Amino acid sequence: MLDLLTGFVAELRAAGIPVSLTEHLDAAEAMRHVPLEDREGLKYALGASLVKSSTHWRAYETTFEIYFSLRGPEYRIAESELEEEGEQSDENDAAKLAGRGTGKGRGEGGGGGQEGMSPEELAELLYKALLGANDAMISAVARHAVARYAGMEPGRPVGGTYYLYRTLRNLDLDRILDRLLEDARVASTSPATSDPGAGPEADIGGQVTFTALEERLLRDEFQSRIDQLRHEIENEIRRRLVADRGSEALAKSLRKPLPEDVDVMHATRDEMALLKKALQPLSRKLAVRLARKRRHGRKGPLDFRSTVRHSLSTGGVPLEPKFRYPRPAKPEIVVIADISGSVASFARFTLHLVHAISSQFSKVRSFVFIDGIDEVTRFFENADDPADAVHRINTEADVIWVDGHSDYGHALTVFWERWGEEITPRTSVLLLGDARNNYHASQAWVVKELQDRARRVYWLNPEPRAYWNSGDSIVGEYGVHCDSVIECRTLRQLEYFVGELA
Amino acid sequence: MTSPANVARENDTITTGFPVAGEPRFESIDSVRQGLASVDYLADEGIAGVVYLADRLAKPVLVEGPAGTGKTELAKSVARLTGSRLIRLQCYEGLDESKALYEWNYKKQLLRIQAGSDQAWQELEEDIFSEEFLLARPLLEAIRSPDPVVLLIDEVDRVELETEALLLEILSEYQVSIPELGTVRATRIPLVFLTSNNTRELSEALKRRCLYLHIDYPQLDRERAIVETRVPGISAALADQVARIVRSLRTLELKKHPSVSETLDWARTLVVLGVESIDAERARETLNILLKYQSDIDRAAKELAGVELTD
Repeated sequence: MLDLLTGFVAELRAAGIPVSLTEHLDAAEAMRHVPLEDREGLKYALGASLVKSSTHWRAYETTFEIYFSLRGPEYRIAESELEEEGEQSDENDAAKLAGRGTGKGRGEGGGGGQEGMSPEELAELLYKALLGANDAMISAVARHAVARYAGMEPGRPVGGTYYLYRTLRNLDLDRILDRLLEDARVASTSPATSDPGAGPEADIGGQVTFTALEERLLRDEFQSRIDQLRHEIENEIRRRLVADRGSEALAKSLRKPLPEDVDVMHATRDEMALLKKALQPLSRKLAVRLARKRRHGRKGPLDFRSTVRHSLSTGGVPLEPKFRYPRPAKPEIVVIADISGSVASFARFTLHLVHAISSQFSKVRSFVFIDGIDEVTRFFENADDPADAVHRINTEADVIWVDGHSDYGHALTVFWERWGEEITPRTSVLLLGDARNNYHASQAWVVKELQDRARRVYWLNPEPRAYWNSGDSIVGEYGVHCDSVIECRTLRQLEYFVGELA
Repeated sequence: MTSPANVARENDTITTGFPVAGEPRFESIDSVRQGLASVDYLADEGIAGVVYLADRLAKPVLVEGPAGTGKTELAKSVARLTGSRLIRLQCYEGLDESKALYEWNYKKQLLRIQAGSDQAWQELEEDIFSEEFLLARPLLEAIRSPDPVVLLIDEVDRVELETEALLLEILSEYQVSIPELGTVRATRIPLVFLTSNNTRELSEALKRRCLYLHIDYPQLDRERAIVETRVPGISAALADQVARIVRSLRTLELKKHPSVSETLDWARTLVVLGVESIDAERARETLNILLKYQSDIDRAAKELAGVELTD
């Protein structure tokens, strides 16, 4: 048992979760107090002693599911599935016909014998499971859908996401969602003004009349059920993968980076949502930290004049040394960000972060460009939420000049002509982008001029260093005129950079 | 640091009967959950499990999560459940030893010196540094209390990083060292809860000594149940609607999502207003209880009225 735990801890560490020796010991102790057959209990017990940050929880959960899946009771289902099929087929037929998910108990067996069903029947069953919020049936359908659509082959070196994609594409959940809504709409309009919550649809939410509000609630309800289904499908795929390849190999391939380490340029939609969530506490923490840094712990050099002057009261003996307390000027920041295509999300994060801590700077001005350039500071001034402003940038900023392909040269030239005068020796200039210039003229002289006039010029490049200066990337041409060019791919790197800036 | 200490504690238990948790307070994870439910706190699997472990392992629990999800309430409920006294230390920036741990009652000491001015100094010194002149602050009080105690250290993320060190001795050894007096050990290990709103990273040393519990917004079912238990006189249908609307709001991008406590306030308001079922109009009128920023309220009202239903 201890070996098992040690292996698990090693796996967690490999996934990037820091686990200390003490925590390992605690977990071992905790295991003694939790009945091992209580899988959920074990998960929380180990989690409480091993994982000390909520951002790590997801990574922990995945690791746990994989590492302990072979030993879990679910594993047996996969094997016995075939045997179940024969005995349960009668019942399943009944369940199929039983209409909207009344067969809660019978749903259990639903996973077994649907081999002979047509895709339409499966879709129908799924629809009913979702409509009736029948958990057992949903998981049964998930299991079956994976068996049918994922087309999993033993030993094939493909990631779980591939199978997930195949399964979901075949199920066409969007259409099912629409149909669920449509049916609910019909169901509510036919008994024109019924009592709240009456009728067969009571479990979907009491409909009086079908207002926008209710429509919204219904949609959310179905959406959450569909998410549940998706979750089940993921579990199922993972289980089968584990059975195929063994948990250790799989853990390696499924290892996901922690949110702060996700590569912003290549984040999936889910990861993006996580990143957005992580951004807010991050900017808040950064602001608190910077404010503290400014307040405390700044000891300057000896102030000789003041020391001598104070020594007069002690007869010329300098008893009490006086120090100069530096008052660092808050820097002015000018952000010039490429918001075209792939780097757009990165630019948004940076703008969000910089403006969220704008109290730490004396002035923040933001410009965005693709091939034209526009100032967007005004969006941030009126909005009390940076996220709003970022949203408005996407819709309102005037950044297209000719064709909407990045043209750093033109954007920089225009910037220099229109706003160049306003760069002062107190300004730090942040240039954001991958410097993929679509083979336009680079106009790198602008950056040189900026460097001459500004306090510092930084270039943040969201691309991995290895790709720099390949293809149409000309970051090197600009880079020679910058004080530093920084690879900035993850939130962690971004946070570090912004923290150093202030 | 801690591993030798752990060993020491184990040895003590064997030989001298060092104060361990005493009788375990809870039978099983399930009994924790049922117990908490009996004092109107609906715990999920994770919460109950961690509380149970905290008791068995005699470890403090660090509770994190968004504001208003019942972190402080958990400590209070556990105190109620176990019939313990709740001792609360509210943290703030600038909290120091004399307010958290103990302080010498120097006024009384001065009086004592004046009263016994003819006594020998040696005697006097021993006298004025005795327990009689010690003012126990929450942490010491929790350690010394002969009755069962639940210690709540609230919003621990508000103290400075350096002040956290004050807590470390208590959290791992359940003792307080007073230079003039010696070490005060717990007679009975208290259940300790630390809450944090995550405004900054806590130090590794602190985290390592605690079990970690993250309380997030509850799932739909649990939230509905919470509303039903905590709001007297609410109908099942209304509770259900409340929970659904709140879930809906949480999927929006808001500055501050409605917390459980705000959900409860809202539900209470609706009951007082005699609302049977919520329509968009009603919801808009009372949204200000649920959301605390004007921009959030505007956005939520717009969303609930169904302006953006196509996606």
